[in-house]
Amino acid sequence: MLDFVQQLVSGIALGCVYGLIALGFVLVYKATEVVNFAQGDLMMLGGFFAFTFIGMLGLNYWVGFAGAVICMALFGMLAERLVVRPILGYPQFSIIMATIGLGYFLRSVSGMIWGTDDFKIETPFSQGVLRIGSLVLAYDKLSVIAATIILCALLYLFFNRTTLGTAMRASSENMLAAYYMGIPVKRVVSIVWAISAAVATCAGVLLAPITFIHSNVGLVLGLKAFPAAVLGGFGSIPGAVVGGVLIGVIESMAGFYLPQGWKDVAPYIVLLAVLLLKPEGLFGLHVRKKV
Amino acid sequence: MRFLFKTDYEDDIRLFPHSGYIYSYGLLLAVLLLAPYVLSSYLMSQVVFVCIYATVGVGLLILTGFTGQASLGHAAFLAIGAYTAAYLQQFNVPFPVYFLAAGLLTGAVGALVGFPALRLQGIYLVIATISFAFIVEEILARWESVTHGNEGMRVKTMQLLGTTVSRDGPTFYYLCLAVLVLTIVGTLNLLRSPTGRAFVAIRDSETAARSMGINVALYKVKSFAISAAITGFAGVLFAHKLSFISPEMFTLQLSIEFIIVILIGGTFSLHGAVLGAIFLVMIDPFLTYLKDDMPGVIAGVAATLGAGTERAGHIQDAVAAFASANGLKGAIYGIIIVVFVLFEPLGLYGRWLKIKLFFQLFPLYKRATFKRQKIYVKSERNR
Repeated sequence: MLDFVQQLVSGIALGCVYGLIALGFVLVYKATEVVNFAQGDLMMLGGFFAFTFIGMLGLNYWVGFAGAVICMALFGMLAERLVVRPILGYPQFSIIMATIGLGYFLRSVSGMIWGTDDFKIETPFSQGVLRIGSLVLAYDKLSVIAATIILCALLYLFFNRTTLGTAMRASSENMLAAYYMGIPVKRVVSIVWAISAAVATCAGVLLAPITFIHSNVGLVLGLKAFPAAVLGGFGSIPGAVVGGVLIGVIESMAGFYLPQGWKDVAPYIVLLAVLLLKPEGLFGLHVRKKV
Repeated sequence: MRFLFKTDYEDDIRLFPHSGYIYSYGLLLAVLLLAPYVLSSYLMSQVVFVCIYATVGVGLLILTGFTGQASLGHAAFLAIGAYTAAYLQQFNVPFPVYFLAAGLLTGAVGALVGFPALRLQGIYLVIATISFAFIVEEILARWESVTHGNEGMRVKTMQLLGTTVSRDGPTFYYLCLAVLVLTIVGTLNLLRSPTGRAFVAIRDSETAARSMGINVALYKVKSFAISAAITGFAGVLFAHKLSFISPEMFTLQLSIEFIIVILIGGTFSLHGAVLGAIFLVMIDPFLTYLKDDMPGVIAGVAATLGAGTERAGHIQDAVAAFASANGLKGAIYGIIIVVFVLFEPLGLYGRWLKIKLFFQLFPLYKRATFKRQKIYVKSERNR
């Protein structure tokens, strides 16, 4: 039983990481109906920025964290301006390919700049564990869970309660109509990319003590975050986190109880099953077009 | 400019619209047949890879270009073809038999993937095909009694009609070329048949296709099966060319490379698959050339511009260090993808058509002829 709970908790922590990355997907998808395949790589880049600030320049953890988030938000805007905006309005597949290309580029360039070693960031909570009875919880995992809950709540409120959030939802529904209503669609898209890059950075920095940062971390985790986003229904913020947690728990349970090899495929099997049975995901909206 | 007068339906669907096509393609074929006598063995082996990639590209074009179903899982189909060949080879099955068996099995798997894919659209389909490819990769790594797991499988030299076909020899090249040409001709025939027209109709508007009485589900599954089967055939050749296969060769990276092939070539015509394959495969020799010769050339230019010998030497070292940096290839791939998506969405073949039209219509050519329409009303969500 204790094993089960321990696996459950570590699954939830892992799942929160997936959820954080999936949040980035969902944000961009919600506002522009674009799926950003480079989300994992933005996370990796954010981690590297934080490593540069904290590990190499020796800044305070929180200062470095904030610096990385700001830099990445600007970088997200830049990427949107250069890669996404010119092809907004073209078929979705073009945009998917463009973001795949962007991901390739970021991966290789950061490999060239920072090398291919694993990096670790010293954090205030990388040491120490919390003991509840005989249950052992590491602080770094708890920090991921807490950050995920806070970010998810903030973003949910942002999208549903603020004018800018409403504008984002409107421009996702119909860009042209939103533009006619006076919504500055271009700026909205830009801000969404900035936010999603910032969220990705949070994921990257929080993850650094757990998985380390290397140039391929984005690809590996980004691909795991897809099942999370789909499971929750692309376009639902709580869905992304719930989906992420489910995927994390499934993965960690499969790794513990099933033979070797199931751990890596289990999320994808679940994903295919979800796509077959309920393509709109757990929290998604799916409306069939009427002719 | 030549004007073609079409007087009946046969004229419209002809494979060679006029004699010029026969001459130019005949010339191309003659050049390709003579290639082994001219090119070095390294370039020949690259040309064989061009043939294999182009075959996969044609298969992918049928699915993505003509039926409009994106797939990022074609490496899995290639793997199934390759592994079928390697497995059957152990039992001394002759080449023609396992070649066909690989195609059929891959086609069957493709149809199986096609069924669940019926309900999926756009991004969901992309993710589903990625998952499928992951699962296949994992199965290949774990099903050790058949695939030997991560140790990989050795593929024996091909035996065809009693003779040994070396993977570096001209016969193997001719075989790959023949497979490519037959695939292209077969696909062209398919595309001018009712089936091909149904594919294109589904791509352009699924709703419209359905209301015209096209069985969308049936044709989508057909498209998946045909595309997978062609990729399976290519997989057999791929296995023979590499002579050793292991699961880590058939990753997402390879699927993306196949998509790059058709993206760079152009997704609306079979020419695109071939041009894209040439581009993608020839990047390697080009990068090697850059790595070996570029530093010297740049240093030479710098020296003639008056930079001094010592300075030129520094520049040479810097350029050499940059050119041999790890991951330069990935960065170049990334840039190429983005540049093509942004500036040349019709691909290399589209560029060729534009140049041709420019000279045909000189001085009346207008850029807007090829302008794509932007749609800001997003309908992906409630299709």
